[in-house]
Amino acid sequence: MTDDTQNASQGASVSLALVGSGGAGVMTSGNMMLEAATKAGLYGLMTRTVGPQIRGGEAAALLRLASQPVHNVNDIFDILVAVDWKGAERFAAEVPLGPDSLIITDPAAGDVPEILAATGARIVEVPLAELAASVEGGRENMVILGLVAGLIGLTEDPIYKIIDKKLKKKGEAAVTASRATVHAGFRAAEDVTSPVKLAPAEEEGKDRWLISGNQATGFGALRGGIRFVAAYPITPATEVLEWMSPNLPKVGGTLVQAEDELASINMAIGASFGGRPSLTATSGPGLSLMMEGIGLAVASETPVMVVNVMRGGPSTGIPTKSEQTDLNIAVYGLHGDAPHIVTAPTSVEDCVFTAQWTVHLTEAMQTVSILLSDQFMGQASAVIDPPANISFMAQRLVENEPTEEYRRYAVTASGISPMALPGTPGGQYTADGLEHNPKGLPSTMMEDHRDQLDKRDRKVAGFDYGDHWADIDGDEDSELVVLTWGSTTNAVREGINRLRAEGIRCKLVAMRLLSPAVPKLFDAALQGAKRILVVEQSHSQQFYKLLRANYDMPGETRSFHRAGPLIIRPGEIVDTLKSWRVQ
Amino acid sequence: MNELAPKKFKASDYKSQLKPVWCPGCGDYHVLLAVTQALTKLQLKPENVAVISGIGCSSRIPAYTNSYGFHTVHGRGLAVATGVKVARPDLTVIAAGGDGDGFSIGGNHFLHASRRNTDMTYIVMDNEVYGMTKGQPSPTTDPSWDSALSPGGTGLSPFHPLVIALASGANFIARTFSGDVRGTATIIADAIKHPGFSFIQILSPCVTFRPDEKVWKEQVHKAVVSETDDPARAARRLMSDDGFNTGVLYRGVRKPYRHSCGEEQGDITEIQQQFEV
Repeated sequence: MTDDTQNASQGASVSLALVGSGGAGVMTSGNMMLEAATKAGLYGLMTRTVGPQIRGGEAAALLRLASQPVHNVNDIFDILVAVDWKGAERFAAEVPLGPDSLIITDPAAGDVPEILAATGARIVEVPLAELAASVEGGRENMVILGLVAGLIGLTEDPIYKIIDKKLKKKGEAAVTASRATVHAGFRAAEDVTSPVKLAPAEEEGKDRWLISGNQATGFGALRGGIRFVAAYPITPATEVLEWMSPNLPKVGGTLVQAEDELASINMAIGASFGGRPSLTATSGPGLSLMMEGIGLAVASETPVMVVNVMRGGPSTGIPTKSEQTDLNIAVYGLHGDAPHIVTAPTSVEDCVFTAQWTVHLTEAMQTVSILLSDQFMGQASAVIDPPANISFMAQRLVENEPTEEYRRYAVTASGISPMALPGTPGGQYTADGLEHNPKGLPSTMMEDHRDQLDKRDRKVAGFDYGDHWADIDGDEDSELVVLTWGSTTNAVREGINRLRAEGIRCKLVAMRLLSPAVPKLFDAALQGAKRILVVEQSHSQQFYKLLRANYDMPGETRSFHRAGPLIIRPGEIVDTLKSWRVQ
Repeated sequence: MNELAPKKFKASDYKSQLKPVWCPGCGDYHVLLAVTQALTKLQLKPENVAVISGIGCSSRIPAYTNSYGFHTVHGRGLAVATGVKVARPDLTVIAAGGDGDGFSIGGNHFLHASRRNTDMTYIVMDNEVYGMTKGQPSPTTDPSWDSALSPGGTGLSPFHPLVIALASGANFIARTFSGDVRGTATIIADAIKHPGFSFIQILSPCVTFRPDEKVWKEQVHKAVVSETDDPARAARRLMSDDGFNTGVLYRGVRKPYRHSCGEEQGDITEIQQQFEV
C-alpha cells in the first residue's frame, strides 16, 4: 500500500505501536499521546493488546492518529517503539510492519525479535533506559512519549498540559520529572529520521469527545432511558458496567451487582416488570447463562436490553481479544420460537447511537434486545465529534387506567399490548413464562399458543426500523457490494474508499439490525448487485450463513472471514475485491 | 411497605378467581390462605403487592393472589424479586417457591438474597420433594427416601435452610406449619413488616408423593424459647432443633440493602461533560 492511496481515502494518518511488558507504562504513554493529539485538533483511535496476566506480561498500545476521524486500524504500523521485548512475539502478528516502518529499540533491551526484524523494517537504537535515568525519577514510558511525539510532529506544549493535569495528584516532583523526561525524548527524536509526519489539524479548538466503546455504549443506553442495571463482571464488558454504576444515580437510576449472570438477567427482568427500563451487560459465556432468562423476558413480554461485548470463543476462549462469533447465539440461542432484536454498533462512535436506538426498540416493542459490541471497539478509545443528540427516549405502551376488560396480553394489530405497572389499581396480572391467554392465565391450548406466538412475532417483524437497520455508503447503483457488520465496518469502508478513489464503483452495506430479518429493506439496498462480498471476523462464517438463511442474495456471493484476534484491515478488502475483478 | 388504605380489605380481596392446580389436601392451599390473611392484617392495597415465584407446585401461587405477580423460571424467583424491589421500593415484595426451586437450582440466589438483605419476604413451601415432576428427592429430603430417580435414597444429608439463611445474613428467620393457618399468617405479616430479607420455611406436606408427611401435624411444636437477635444463639438453636420447631427463630437488626432507584433528577448533558476534551 502506498501513501497515495492512504491520502486518497482517509487523509494521511500515522500508526504507532508502543510496546512494553505490563507495568512499563505504555498504556499511559498511549493515552497521553491520544489526549495530546486531541488537544492539537487531531482525531485518533487507540486499541490495546494485552496478554491474560493481571500485571506483567506482554502489552502494546496501538494508536492511529489523523486530521480526519479514525475508526479502524491501518494495514501497516509506521513506528514501533519498544521499552522491552518480553513476550512481544506473542502479538507480533497483530502489529504488521513493512520495509517503510521504523522500529526503535533500546540496545540494553536485547535484539529485536526475529519475527519483527524479518519484516525489513528499519531499526534504530535509542538508549531509552539511559535517557530516563538521566532525569531524577524519570521513566522510560515518558521518554517514548516525547520521542514518538517528536517523530510524528506533535509539539511539546499540549503534552506538558496533559502531564500537568494527569500527574497533579502525584505532586510537583512527579510533574517536573515527567516533563523533563518527555523533553529528553523530544531531543532524541531530533537525531532520528521519521517515516511519517502528521498532517496539521484541519480545525483546531473544535469540541471533541474522548471515549471508549464501552463507555459510549453505557452512555447511549443511559441517554436512551435505561435506569436499572444488574451487573456481573466479565472481560471485556466490565467497563460498560463500571461506567454506568456511578452515572446512573445522577439520573435517578441504580446498578446492582448480582451473584452471577443468571441473577443479573433476572434482576433486570424484575426491575423492568416494575416499570424501569433495564439492562445488563456481559460477554459470550455470560450470554449463554442468560439465555433462560432471555426466553422468560420474550414470553412474558418484559422489555430488557442485553449488551454483549464479544471476545474470542468458545468457552473462556480469548477474553482479551476480539471476534464476531456470538452472532449465532444472539440470534438463535433461545429455546422455542422466540422473536427478539439483535443489533450491532459499527464503531466506537456508533455505540452511542446504536445503544440509544436499541433501548428505544426494546421498550417500544416490549421485547428483548441483544446489542453485539466487541472487544475491539469496546476497549478502544477514540477521539470523536460530539455525537448528535437524537430524540429516542424509552417509550413503553403503558396502561394507566385499566378497566374490567383490561387484558395484559391482548391480541392487538401491532402485537404490542399496553402494560399495567405494579401500583396501578385494577391492572393486576401475573406475568408468566408459561404460555398464557390474553389475560395472562396459563394455557396449553393450541389457539392461545398460536395467537401469542403470532403476536410476539408480529410486533418485531412489523416494526418500522426506518433507515437505521444499516449504514449504506459508497456508489448507489454499484454492482459490487460489500456486506458486513459490527467493528469490521470501518476497515471495509476504508478499503472501499481506496478503490473508489481509483475509479472502481463499490458500495458498503453494514447491517446494524441482525435480527429480525428485514427482506424488503435488504432487497432495496442490494438492488442491482452482481457481486457481493461478505466480510466478518468469524472462523465459521456466522454472518454469511445468517444472510444465506434469511435473504435472497442477488448475483455471485463470496465470503471473506477470519477468526480473531487478527483484525481485518482495509488493504485485505482492497486486495480481495481487486483480485475478484481481475478474474 | 406501602401506606394504609382507607378501604377495609377482606381476605377475599387478595385472592384471584383462578382455581389452583394443586392436589386436594395439598398444604399449599393453607399457605395461600395464610398469605391473604396476612395481607388483610396489614391492609395493603392489592395493587401495591408483588408476588414473585419460580417454578414448581408452590410457585403457582402468584396467579392465585389478586396482586401483581410474576411466575418466572425455575430457581430465579429471588433474582426477579430483587430487581422488582430495587426498582420499585414503594412495593411490598413477596417471593415464594418450593424447596427444590429455592435450595437446589436457586441455591446461589438464596445465599446472596440473604446476604444482600433487600427488604422483602421469602416464603418457601417445603414439602421435601419435587412434586411437579412427580416425586424426586429435593435438597431437604431424608437420605433414605426411595424414588425412581434415586433408588434406595440419595444417601445425602439434608440441606438446613434456616442455618444457611442465618449464616448468609438473612434478617428474619422463621418456621411455620401450613396446617396452622392463623399462626402462619401472623408470622408472614410480621416478616413483611420487618425490614430487610425475611425468610420463612413453611412445612407444607405433599399428600401425593409424600403421604408420610401427614404426621407432620403431630410433630410440629411452638419454639419454647424466646426470640433472639443474637446470631450466635440463633445458630446454636437452629443447629440443634428437630426441624419441627415453629415460630420466629431469629430477628436481626441489619440495615436493608440501600441502593434503590430514586426520582429522575440531573441532566444527561452534565454527564456527557466527562467525555469532552
